[in-house]
Amino acid sequence: MSGYKIACDKLKELDAICEEFGDRPGELINILHRAQDRFGYLPEEVQRVIARRLGIPAAKVYGVVTFYSFFTMTPKGEHPVSVCMGTACYVRGAEKVLDEFRRLLKIDVGQTTADNKFSLSSLRCVGACGLAPVVMIGKKVYGQVVPDDVERILRELDGDRC
Amino acid sequence: MEQNVTLRIDKHTVRVPAGTTVLDAARSVGIDIPTLCHIDLKELCIRSAPASCRVCVVEIEGFKKLMPACVTKCTEGMTVRTSTVRVLNARRTVVELILSDHANECLVCPKSGSCDLQSLAVRVNVRRIPYAGGAFSAQKHEMSPSIVRDMNKCVYCRRCETMCNEIQTVGALAAVNRGFESTVAPEGGRNLSDSECTYCGQCVAVCPVGALTEADHTERLLADLADPHKTVIVQTAPAVRAALGEEFGFEPGTSVTGRMAAALRQLGFAKVFDTDFAADLTVVEESAELLDRLVRFLGGDRSVCLPILTSCCPAWVNFFEHQFPDLPGFPSTARSPQQMFGSVAKNLWARQEGIRREELVVVSVMPCLAKKYECMRPEFGLGGDPDVNYSLTTRELARLIRRANIDFVRLPDEEFDAPLGASTGAGVIFGASGGVMEAALRTAYELRTGRELQRVEFETVRGLEGLKRATVDLDGFRLKIGVAHGLGNARRLLEEIRSGRSEYHAIEIMACPGGCIGGGGQPFHHGRGEVLRARMEALYREDRAKAVRKSHRNPSVVRLYGEWLGKPLSERARRLLHTRYFNRSE
Repeated sequence: MSGYKIACDKLKELDAICEEFGDRPGELINILHRAQDRFGYLPEEVQRVIARRLGIPAAKVYGVVTFYSFFTMTPKGEHPVSVCMGTACYVRGAEKVLDEFRRLLKIDVGQTTADNKFSLSSLRCVGACGLAPVVMIGKKVYGQVVPDDVERILRELDGDRC
Repeated sequence: MEQNVTLRIDKHTVRVPAGTTVLDAARSVGIDIPTLCHIDLKELCIRSAPASCRVCVVEIEGFKKLMPACVTKCTEGMTVRTSTVRVLNARRTVVELILSDHANECLVCPKSGSCDLQSLAVRVNVRRIPYAGGAFSAQKHEMSPSIVRDMNKCVYCRRCETMCNEIQTVGALAAVNRGFESTVAPEGGRNLSDSECTYCGQCVAVCPVGALTEADHTERLLADLADPHKTVIVQTAPAVRAALGEEFGFEPGTSVTGRMAAALRQLGFAKVFDTDFAADLTVVEESAELLDRLVRFLGGDRSVCLPILTSCCPAWVNFFEHQFPDLPGFPSTARSPQQMFGSVAKNLWARQEGIRREELVVVSVMPCLAKKYECMRPEFGLGGDPDVNYSLTTRELARLIRRANIDFVRLPDEEFDAPLGASTGAGVIFGASGGVMEAALRTAYELRTGRELQRVEFETVRGLEGLKRATVDLDGFRLKIGVAHGLGNARRLLEEIRSGRSEYHAIEIMACPGGCIGGGGQPFHHGRGEVLRARMEALYREDRAKAVRKSHRNPSVVRLYGEWLGKPLSERARRLLHTRYFNRSE
């Protein structure tokens, strides 16, 4: 198992996650969820460790990671911004909100700012359509967001920003 | 207890075992529903039925939607219609949609003429591709030493994925990304050449389109043949002669050995030699190695690695180096016949003929894609000059023969050249799963017992069963042998060795289903498993017709030892005919 760059303690955590799901290949998606939750993203070496634990090809794990837009192979920022683009949010102007995040952070969807403070993604429906348009930053939910709110939200999270 | 069900398919009343698919039931009464993603080689238990292409849709009474025949099971009283206007139009629409997301470069595609999508488009009468708009994103194009990937042509049938993961258990290819970015790729989207790919080529053998094809060396060969400063000689693997005829309209299982030799001579090769000669040589070395290990083992030496594993199959060697590097002492160190031939030709024959090494080009025709990579292994050469310069597949040879205006069907039979063209029946059967073991037994028996083997056929190691086992009496010693074809079957035997539970003394392993006759470089079987059986039988027929059927009785092999090598496993034989293995796991 040499050749991995992940620190030993993190590797142990990954092992523990797999073990919790009984090392069952059928639990791959759940394991990936937990691993991404823990590491913030799913780099190749994490995928390879999981593949080896579950006894499935690393290419298969890579296939699942690249299929579901929820999973990411790029590290997320300290404040991961997710703009909901589900139907309800979309019709109430989510795209303009997303554009404002793009403009102010100077990054595109799927990217992370150079200082690793913010990353930007879009997702489909968080089940809070009554609050549309919805933005999630980390675990915090912002409802009825309009483009003019964006600058304030960013400044709240990072005083130096904007 | 299997229950039968009765159903109507078009005008036929069909009675089939419960669980039969509508596709199979229809085929049993001569209704040939077209398919694209589906593949079912029943003889080899190879099946991939993702029902993703929807080409096989049919109407079933009681269902509003059209149903895919490949996965819909027959039920009692079912009424199926396979060719209504609704079905035929839907089928054509499906093909039109596939083509709307396909690199339609048929005129210059290497698969043109043997592409399943192309034949399908003709069959369902596609006359235009009406769907514009979204289309594929530019996908990977990779030239590996053996396999060319042009993923813009992929139709996502997932056959390659099934072969690579379920049958071969290599795990190099998986479906990745989604939507127009969908593709099939190794881990991390890297190249095959940076993955655990063994170059077995079974993905190529089942790819219905031009997404996966072989690295083509025909242009290089034409240039070499035209070069007056080069002497170009050729060796042909046993399995090629049993399949090449298919490319020219012969029935599967037609042996075209004599025509092939004639065609190669017409192409301009200075000498037409036979890998079968080197197969005989391999048998002699491998049998000697087997007996050497056995004698030491029986003498109480517990450091001896048994079972001994055959080492002729380069894809199997790649698999071993990637997946089982912890068992380095088990495979025979004998080089593959291709490389034994190259070594003998460049190091001994050339000297005898007074040809300078750098002027000699050794070309092989192989049923195999991994052999292309094997030629490039640095250990098989001298100062950067490979022992075998490059390898062509059976398919490439067929293309060259056609291109050179050779009327293959009307060619008279010719013989191979001496001395590296002489072979025995034991060399011929190398091309079928079980053949190497049978050939080795014919020799090992006589060397061990000192008696002549009367009955040379070992039926128990023949056939298409994935794992075969037998016990052979060697003068009171009961030799246990195993034979595996397909890397998934090989893995089972290797896991046994790893855990110390292996009961065998000798194991033959071939990467491709059926052995080399089912190699990734053979004419496409288009999902017809019976083709492989016919090729296998052709080799055993050729063996029966041979005057000499034991490798150690090949007069050219005997002379080679007498004049150059001394005895099997001699210092000289080890240097020229043996190799070592590398750990290629991460």
